[in-house]
Amino acid sequence: MKVYLGIDLGSTTSKAVILDENDHIIGRGITNTRANYEVAAEIARMEAEFNSKFTLLDRELQSQENGTVNWDDVFLRLNHRFHYLQFEIRFRQLMEEMNRIVEEEVDPSQQDLIRSIFSRVSSTINDTVRERYFSGKISISSEFFRDVFSSVYLDAIPSDDKDIYDRLVAIYDRAITPVENTLISFQFVELVAEALELMQDLDQLHRDTILNQLENVDAISLEPTDYIGTGYGRQLLPFDEKHIKSEILCHAMGAHHFFPKTRTVLDIGGQDTKAIQVDEHGLVTSFQMNDRCAAGCGRYLGYIADEMNISVGELGPLAMGAEYESNICSTCTVFAGAELREYLNLGEKKENILAGLHKAIVQRAFALLARSGGVRNEFTFTGGVARNVAVVKYVKALTIANYGELTINSHWDSIFMGALGAAIFSARRLS
Amino acid sequence: MNQQKQAGTIKIQKENSMLKQKQMLAEHFMALSQVRETGKKVVYTFVPGNLTELIYTFDMLPVYPEINALQSGMRKKSHDYIREAEDLGYSEDVCSYVKCDIGMMLQGNIGPTGQKLPDPDILLLSYTGCFVFMKWFENLKQLYPNAEIAMLHIPYQEAGRIEPDAVNYIKKQLLSEVIPVFEKVSGTSFEEKVLAKKMDLSAQAEDLLIEVFDSAQQKPSPIDAYFGGVYYIGPIFTAFRGSESCVDYYRELVKDVDYRIQNKLGPLTPDGYLEQEQYRLVVEGPPNWTHFRNFWKIFYDQGAVFVGSSYTRVGGVYDDGFRHSPDDPLRSLAEYCLGCYTNRNLPQRIDLLERFIRRYHADGFLVNSIKSCNSFSAGQLVMMRDLEERLQIPVGFIETDLVDPRYYSYSNIKNRLDSFFQMLDQRHTVRVTDDWLSDDVLA
Repeated sequence: MKVYLGIDLGSTTSKAVILDENDHIIGRGITNTRANYEVAAEIARMEAEFNSKFTLLDRELQSQENGTVNWDDVFLRLNHRFHYLQFEIRFRQLMEEMNRIVEEEVDPSQQDLIRSIFSRVSSTINDTVRERYFSGKISISSEFFRDVFSSVYLDAIPSDDKDIYDRLVAIYDRAITPVENTLISFQFVELVAEALELMQDLDQLHRDTILNQLENVDAISLEPTDYIGTGYGRQLLPFDEKHIKSEILCHAMGAHHFFPKTRTVLDIGGQDTKAIQVDEHGLVTSFQMNDRCAAGCGRYLGYIADEMNISVGELGPLAMGAEYESNICSTCTVFAGAELREYLNLGEKKENILAGLHKAIVQRAFALLARSGGVRNEFTFTGGVARNVAVVKYVKALTIANYGELTINSHWDSIFMGALGAAIFSARRLS
Repeated sequence: MNQQKQAGTIKIQKENSMLKQKQMLAEHFMALSQVRETGKKVVYTFVPGNLTELIYTFDMLPVYPEINALQSGMRKKSHDYIREAEDLGYSEDVCSYVKCDIGMMLQGNIGPTGQKLPDPDILLLSYTGCFVFMKWFENLKQLYPNAEIAMLHIPYQEAGRIEPDAVNYIKKQLLSEVIPVFEKVSGTSFEEKVLAKKMDLSAQAEDLLIEVFDSAQQKPSPIDAYFGGVYYIGPIFTAFRGSESCVDYYRELVKDVDYRIQNKLGPLTPDGYLEQEQYRLVVEGPPNWTHFRNFWKIFYDQGAVFVGSSYTRVGGVYDDGFRHSPDDPLRSLAEYCLGCYTNRNLPQRIDLLERFIRRYHADGFLVNSIKSCNSFSAGQLVMMRDLEERLQIPVGFIETDLVDPRYYSYSNIKNRLDSFFQMLDQRHTVRVTDDWLSDDVLA
């Protein structure tokens, strides 16, 4: 079958989208961007390919007589287990690397102690992570291997001896990068079959139905007919010039296809904010990007989350519980961190401070929008930050306050807009 | 042939006009270095609204601190000079031309040819539209307390036209404020007919310059009216307007441009003639000087040619027919000062840019905004938006600085320009179909 691949190598996450020949998204893949861009792009692509195969499998199964089984539920659970198995393979690799570091770099007098801690925590980690995957507590599209592992690891290791604790953290820090940068060729069919084994309650008939279709689906080639890479790191992709396209055009095109009446796009990514004006065909007429300073981007939220010792995903929901917004200066990430600590010292509720921080980001984005020509109807908000409920709330409020009532679009898939636009360009081959 | 291939490398032979300009500059800086021997007096002044003909009428020599600053930028010396000025207490936000110039003076005032520049006998502020100029000269006055001051106030064209009162006001100032200082310092009396003769030569050079600018109507354009343009305006905007050698320079330049037209050649770039014109652009704002070649290369590597630029009008606008005139030379000088690009109101500037876009068949409009220029970066977004709406053309915006290398981010500029060029490509190639508008992509 003809498929088209778009890859968006962002500063924080790398995304891939696979389109079929009818412009339907059949697969999405996302991973954290790391030092090795080629690996990041390949992991995102591979995820999108697996996701496409699940989509094709789903299409096959939904078209069959299926009695009473809820395939959506089966698929969700199968997906969780499939991802857990991928985690497990990488987890074993990480533990090997950590043990190697112990062997080669740790004082011999501490090696036995650290090895014994590793063997003790390793099963705890595995069990905890498995339970979290199986119960759907881990978001496949926003928590990556390092996030999943580190959150459990840091809780599992003993913290009473500070020296040992620091040593254990340092070993993890040293080991995670090379492991993340290693490409693992997961075998799709085997992993799905194994995932099915982990679904004890699924009856044999349905298990066999899936396995039968699985082979048919696996035989379908998902080799892209064409592909385009975009995003902050696009020049580092191993693609030649005709397979590279500006992220401004790709984000605009992605937004246009999700919401065809879009005239203004605001994209807040990891370190770029883009305000883009588009015409009725999704073609860019002008744009503005932040220069010299990334305050107000995703990294700002990441920094605040680190300062508060919570995950990025918790920021938005916490801020939604605010009674009012503390006044935060929006011009500098580092100063915002200082303001945050000052407010905490004064006894301000963290919800109110967080609300202030979220509002500050949006105010900064609106200054950029004003520079680009303002907000026109319809207004589409994209990028990873568009997943944050509090940011969306303030985007809506400030749009209404500054530009009146107009249609504001945002979507959970907004993070894939750049990759989607790239895939569309590759399908259209518009240079 | 101006270009020869030698063993795989391209050797560029400079065009005659370039050689001529180089020689003129060498002679000028030589004359400046010899004022002690010749006894000639020196006038420091600015490019917009400059009174070069009047300075030469008194046989004095002009020095342009802005030009020294941009030369320092091109010679990679500006960072050092700026640091020197910042050490003295100048803020990071002050115009980088000012800091570069002050730093250069503090470090011995060595000019672009390596010769020491003489101290000023007169500080002539002949254009006040850039409010920084006044502060700049206040600071120079502290460095050169013996220099005489002459200041000409030029009313801004707020109403979008030159008012007769404004012309008379400037003429009166010339007679009562400027000329008496010139007479006092030079020891020479003002002779209108000497000035008138120079004005005639100015007009000849101006006609030729417009011929060069208008050659951009050709496809491919034989000139780059921005990166090449800054060389083309060199003689007329600085020390040579009103001289025979200036007219000679423009005659040579017209010949060089004609040669390119006849041979269907694009503009001459540091890597040879531009072979394939892909994009025709009009630009607002000065170029960056610290990375001039690198900045230019981003464009010519993509086949982008500037067919019009407002920067090449900051020293005088000749597109709407104005020429220096020998008939009433002081009136003509007044009209010249009033008409320079930066003295025009925003709608006039937008109209001029629109004229460039239409006259030279541009595909896109770009703003290069200057970080440390508070006077003229204001309003550029309005210009951009207005032109986008009027002409439905892709517009782009980048930010660099004049001579502060800290504000030149290659990756930021390249990233934005890549997108801009692709926007232009889309306009070239997209044929909108119903299929293109299909919106059903969600599985």
